[in-house]
Amino acid sequence: MLNKMPSPSTWVTVSVSSVSCDCLPVSAGSSMAGSEILEQESSYLELCRTPVRFEEISSVNNVFFDEANKQVFAVRAGGAVGVVVRGLDEKQPISFRLEDKGEIKSIKLSPGNRIVAVQRSGKSVDFCNLMGEATEYSQECRGRNCYVLGFCWTSPNEIVFITDQGLELYQVQAEKRSVKLIKSMGTSFVNWFVFSSEGPTLLLSLTPLGNVLQPVLAKVGNLVKLTKFEVEVPVIPKPPRLCLTEPDVTTAVIYGQLYVVVLRHRVRTTPSQAGSEVWLYHLSRDGHTCKIHVLQLNSTGCFATNVVDNLVVIHHRASKTSMVFDIQLKKVSEGPVKLHQPVLPSLPICPFTIQPRAGASLGAGTAVTTCELYSTSWIVFRPDIIMDAGLGYLWSLRLRLPRIVATLPDRLQLVDFLLLRRDCRPVLLNVCSQLLSGGQAGGLAVVSLVFDKLNSVYKEWLEADKSDAAALDGGAGGRPPTPHKPVRSHAVVDQWEMYTSVLVPFAESKTISYKFVIAVLMEYIRSLTQFHIHAQHYLYELVINTLVRNNAFYQLHQLLQYHVLSDSKKLACLMLSLESFYPPAHQLALDMLKRLSTANDEIVEVLLSKGRVLAALRFVRASGGADIMSARKFLEAASHVGDSLLFFCVFKFFEQRNQRLRNSPHFNPGEHCEPFVEYFKKLFGEDDFTPLQ
Amino acid sequence: MDVLGAHSLVAFAVYNPRFGSNEGEEYKKLLYYYPEDVEINEKIKTIGLCEAIVQFSRTFSRQSPARALHTQKNRHHFYEAEEHFWMVMVVKNPVVMKENSEGKSVPEYQEDVLLDSVYNAVLRQTYTMFKLFKGTFGMAMEQGGVETLKRRLQEFFSRYLLTLRLEQCDLIDTLGGISFFPLDKMTYLKIQSFISMVEFSFAHIQFTAFLYNEQLVWSGLEQDDMRTLFKYLTTSLFPSTIEAELAGKESPIHVSFPGYSQHYGRFLLGPRSLTDPNSPLRVPKIHVYIGSRHSELHLIVYKALSAAVCFLVDATVVLTLDFFQRLDTLVGPQLTLLASDIAEQYSSNRKPASSEKDSQFKFIYFNHMNLAEKSTVHVRRAANPSLVTVPTELLHILGDINSDFASSVEDEEVTVKAMSDYWVVGKRSDQRELYVILNQKNANLIEVNGTQLCCSEWEEVFELLRDKPCCLCRFCFSNDAPSLIFDGIS
Repeated sequence: MLNKMPSPSTWVTVSVSSVSCDCLPVSAGSSMAGSEILEQESSYLELCRTPVRFEEISSVNNVFFDEANKQVFAVRAGGAVGVVVRGLDEKQPISFRLEDKGEIKSIKLSPGNRIVAVQRSGKSVDFCNLMGEATEYSQECRGRNCYVLGFCWTSPNEIVFITDQGLELYQVQAEKRSVKLIKSMGTSFVNWFVFSSEGPTLLLSLTPLGNVLQPVLAKVGNLVKLTKFEVEVPVIPKPPRLCLTEPDVTTAVIYGQLYVVVLRHRVRTTPSQAGSEVWLYHLSRDGHTCKIHVLQLNSTGCFATNVVDNLVVIHHRASKTSMVFDIQLKKVSEGPVKLHQPVLPSLPICPFTIQPRAGASLGAGTAVTTCELYSTSWIVFRPDIIMDAGLGYLWSLRLRLPRIVATLPDRLQLVDFLLLRRDCRPVLLNVCSQLLSGGQAGGLAVVSLVFDKLNSVYKEWLEADKSDAAALDGGAGGRPPTPHKPVRSHAVVDQWEMYTSVLVPFAESKTISYKFVIAVLMEYIRSLTQFHIHAQHYLYELVINTLVRNNAFYQLHQLLQYHVLSDSKKLACLMLSLESFYPPAHQLALDMLKRLSTANDEIVEVLLSKGRVLAALRFVRASGGADIMSARKFLEAASHVGDSLLFFCVFKFFEQRNQRLRNSPHFNPGEHCEPFVEYFKKLFGEDDFTPLQ
Repeated sequence: MDVLGAHSLVAFAVYNPRFGSNEGEEYKKLLYYYPEDVEINEKIKTIGLCEAIVQFSRTFSRQSPARALHTQKNRHHFYEAEEHFWMVMVVKNPVVMKENSEGKSVPEYQEDVLLDSVYNAVLRQTYTMFKLFKGTFGMAMEQGGVETLKRRLQEFFSRYLLTLRLEQCDLIDTLGGISFFPLDKMTYLKIQSFISMVEFSFAHIQFTAFLYNEQLVWSGLEQDDMRTLFKYLTTSLFPSTIEAELAGKESPIHVSFPGYSQHYGRFLLGPRSLTDPNSPLRVPKIHVYIGSRHSELHLIVYKALSAAVCFLVDATVVLTLDFFQRLDTLVGPQLTLLASDIAEQYSSNRKPASSEKDSQFKFIYFNHMNLAEKSTVHVRRAANPSLVTVPTELLHILGDINSDFASSVEDEEVTVKAMSDYWVVGKRSDQRELYVILNQKNANLIEVNGTQLCCSEWEEVFELLRDKPCCLCRFCFSNDAPSLIFDGIS
């Protein structure tokens, strides 16, 4: 899309949403008052809070917009008084002056803002460096008798002229203030063109009907023709005239893929007839183009398209509402083409209040007013830009995810929808909380499916992370790591977030039966397990604590028995602490420690603390640690039991060990066993002390 | 040595000595007596004897008076089920016909064959079973006095006693364990998920128990109640339905609702027919205790393939045919699917049994903590309740070892050589007991108990069990390995 001619009398018809707007009741702000509050509550689309403000269109001020750089140009008096460039990305406006050499048709800055290109005639484009000398230099198009339709920057120093006979690629050397032709490409008559910085790609409209589109890839220093494709035309007029016009065609990047978006108007006389449609042609990287998505608008009239967060938003001026489509959802396949219905109910954009401009020429005392939405002075640009040239506002369109929660009652659809959105994590967590606090009525089956959806995404991320780490490990000396490191998508809800934000508050809720809490927790663990994700011990602890708080020990026992709660030292310690409430917990804890096979010391400690000195000795001996274990610890434990026979056994066991290790039954002084030698003599006398040989 | 008359029930009585303390009113003490057609004086004599023995033995041990009385022909077992409510079971000793010096064959009573521990356990179990279906004695007294209690006892025991197979009771009855079905985590979680889903779809269902292959997988009930319910299901309900199935009375394939996918679910306890509103409803009520709170519940049992689910519904709820239809619609297809899932996993886990090793080792395992029990000595009881794969002599030895263990608190190990060349090893560690029967000809004690056997053969037993979840639940076993290794030396 080219930048627009700013004359107030003409720009409406050139606007994107422009088919002849015959059916529009354009009465500003009509019937807004009553439903305003309601709409405010439910609208999920809003204009960004910090719009770019520029001087509105007037007889002395022209406004241009460059979609590629998202910059708005306010040109006063043909540039002689000054040009002010403001962008969504720029913090500071750029201003410069141009000589007034006539009416400006189009003006664009090169990427990097070093050179400004200005088209004033159908034959040439003028250049001016922003740094250094401000003298303009110019380039005429090469083709004889051809007319420059427009131009676009394809790199910081390359520019393509689009003429009615083809393309010309120039290199602009700012230092030398010269322009050099690199490549030219001839085509049949070009009606109009669309430029997309994705690629960058140019789309040329050919043939008298205008419905044959020729995509051209503008690589650095080269132009590559891709396969042309034809947009179906329902009725071929005779004599042939342009059937597909520029305002109805745009491009969009959706889910990382480039699409050509074509608006197909239908005039319908009864509501039962099909409404207008939006066709999406996928422009694949191999140059092949095919129609794969059809968005059914179910209405007719004037439409404009934005793409926000991979959603296709179609603004409908007549109803002052916007339809939202997600090409990954709500689809019905019809052959290779997928038909889509809106994923959300159609609602208007949130009202936007206009603050009076400081020192504005509108006159003092202008109160805060509500901006007229879907007004005729709106122009919609790719991907998510809405401009009101009459007011001097430039917004980007935003999605208010929390609002969608109320708009989409089907929780599964909602989760599917949210998972595809940016910044959806807090909303997803919120949805889960709501779902659970709804109690049993919410349906465990739904909860279960929601968990599966979340964990499926979680698993994908874990896998990507793992393979990336592996690639980094392996690629140290070899090939470089994969260029696109998997970034954690916003949709990844990991266990810890689920635990802290959803499950803990839920489990602590007093109003919910513990059985439901357990059912939900088990459902979450099941879902993790199903996706082969290792559940963390804090989830198990929550299960255990909930069961314990409700005296459901037998149920806990069964879960542990089937190893549903995975073993860990922490869990074993938790079980040990429960022994006084539920004696079998002791056995469960010991078994768990044994299975861990890294907790032999803990097992010995537990056995000794229970006075099971012999069992502890046997265990150490069986696990091969008999030669290095501390005699003192065992003798001390045996002396505390108060069973002299037991003490005797333990003592003799260590004497034998000493004999075997050092050929002497006596303890080393370093072992600090003297008190126990004395204790033994006291119990059994010197005679028994005589060591066995 | 032929045992002629199998030992069997001579008498069974419930009495309360407080009910007829005046002379001449002794008959009032009697609450139930089997056989019912015995003369009243005979009945009074039996309970009088028991009362006297118990009173007498109290002199020596206040806390635990006599539990059994051995006589030449019979053995009396006593059990004070509730305060002042006593139960007596008289079992006849086995009889062997022997020729005396005159060549006449005379009966000789085998006084030492019966094990007190076994029959005391059987007696206790008759009480828990009564309690499960009829509530406690005290409750009956509160609700309707002696007459109500007598009626309930009569209703219950007149049928239940006939199902006791006293001659087949052994160590397994003493232990009274629950056998658990081995499952992996994922399948177990799926079952959990299924149970939650059903419980929250039908708010009336208070508890659920899930069994597969007549082994427990999940119980929402407390352990003690589940133990009794498990006993009922495995010894009474399941065998009876299998018999019915074999007799072709009930078609296992259920296609009552056109439009629904075919499934194999049906009610074992529930309505006879889901389409006929007048069909008889067979749903017993059971009494369970959650914490100390008593509750009365409907017991509905639903089965699909090898999976059986018990749904326990508040007894105050009126069960309608609609409820059963909805339950069937929801549970039938899912349970069928789940059951075939489990079957698939079960058969893939199950290695081909090595018959050679099977013949060398037989074991009974029991864990007091979770009542988990596993036996390769007994073949699945429901199919053929009497099948024991070792000589009965060995079972007596096992019973004796078990009694030994019960009388001490220490961990111990006992090794016994049987007359018939078998070795029997019993091991008790903490709360677990393992009894192994080794069929190894000419092995000596050193070989059985010595390092060789400890290291190789025992390990082999463990390995065998570990690898074969069908032999011993995998979870039980991996639990067990540590405690057995604790005692690996002796």
